[in-house]
Amino acid sequence: MVTDVVPLPVVLTLSGLLFAIGAGGVLVRRNAIIVFACIELMLNAVNLAFVGLAPHAGFEGQVIVFFVIAVAAAEAAVGLALIIAVFRHALSVDLENFRLLRW
Amino acid sequence: MATVLFYVFAGLALLGALMMVTRANPVAAVLWLVASFFGLAGIYTLLHAYFVGVIQVLVYAGAIMVLFLFVIMLLNLGHPNDPRDFRGPTWRGIGLAAAVALALVLGLAILDLRLPLGRQAGLQALLARLEQQGVVGAVGVAMYTDFAVPLQITGLLLLVAIVGAIVLAKRDF
Repeated sequence: MVTDVVPLPVVLTLSGLLFAIGAGGVLVRRNAIIVFACIELMLNAVNLAFVGLAPHAGFEGQVIVFFVIAVAAAEAAVGLALIIAVFRHALSVDLENFRLLRW
Repeated sequence: MATVLFYVFAGLALLGALMMVTRANPVAAVLWLVASFFGLAGIYTLLHAYFVGVIQVLVYAGAIMVLFLFVIMLLNLGHPNDPRDFRGPTWRGIGLAAAVALALVLGLAILDLRLPLGRQAGLQALLARLEQQGVVGAVGVAMYTDFAVPLQITGLLLLVAIVGAIVLAKRDF
């Protein structure tokens, strides 16, 4: 009889803490690249919840993680290209410069 | 032993995340995030998601984070430790309060959880599937049968992202 390494609530708590740290980082930082890295951290926290739930709710949780990673890679490519485009214009990656669509 | 390892990796993941948010130098912040991702890869392996753990190291820590570092060094950021990198005390308070509130809400949701959750739930079912189809095969079979349409859409998304990234980075605005 194989048992869980740790109970599911412990895994989900770690996932929730990582997500909260990422969300706090998005609010506190001004550097667009670090804000972006915080979003990657939040995506990873959700991946951890999927993997942790896989033994309890079905194997599909592990498959969905790959789609999340693929979307994160696409998002990183486009987002960093946007940051480079803004940097060329303003010579800074401060979020203050991302205001083209602001009313 | 596995339980001790879990807490070591969990500590590494949390430490890396906290250091990432608090470091002013962008290169140091991204390297701490890489450390956090290595911790998460260890946790995935302990939770019987072996292939996810490998992909986490290869794709996330290896490729995506290298892209971040490449952009930081290309733009030559992080030489003076810019104090403007952090928002003022008001925003710091809001950020801390939001993080604590989010953690509390998620904690309450976790306390409310009722197990088991699925029809074919159980660690035994998961391990039997990995044994029968192989560690990579279990993911691959599911991806090309139950998840065939999402897989195609993901391929299209990656194509659009490649074209979009090249157009954005090449054109002068």
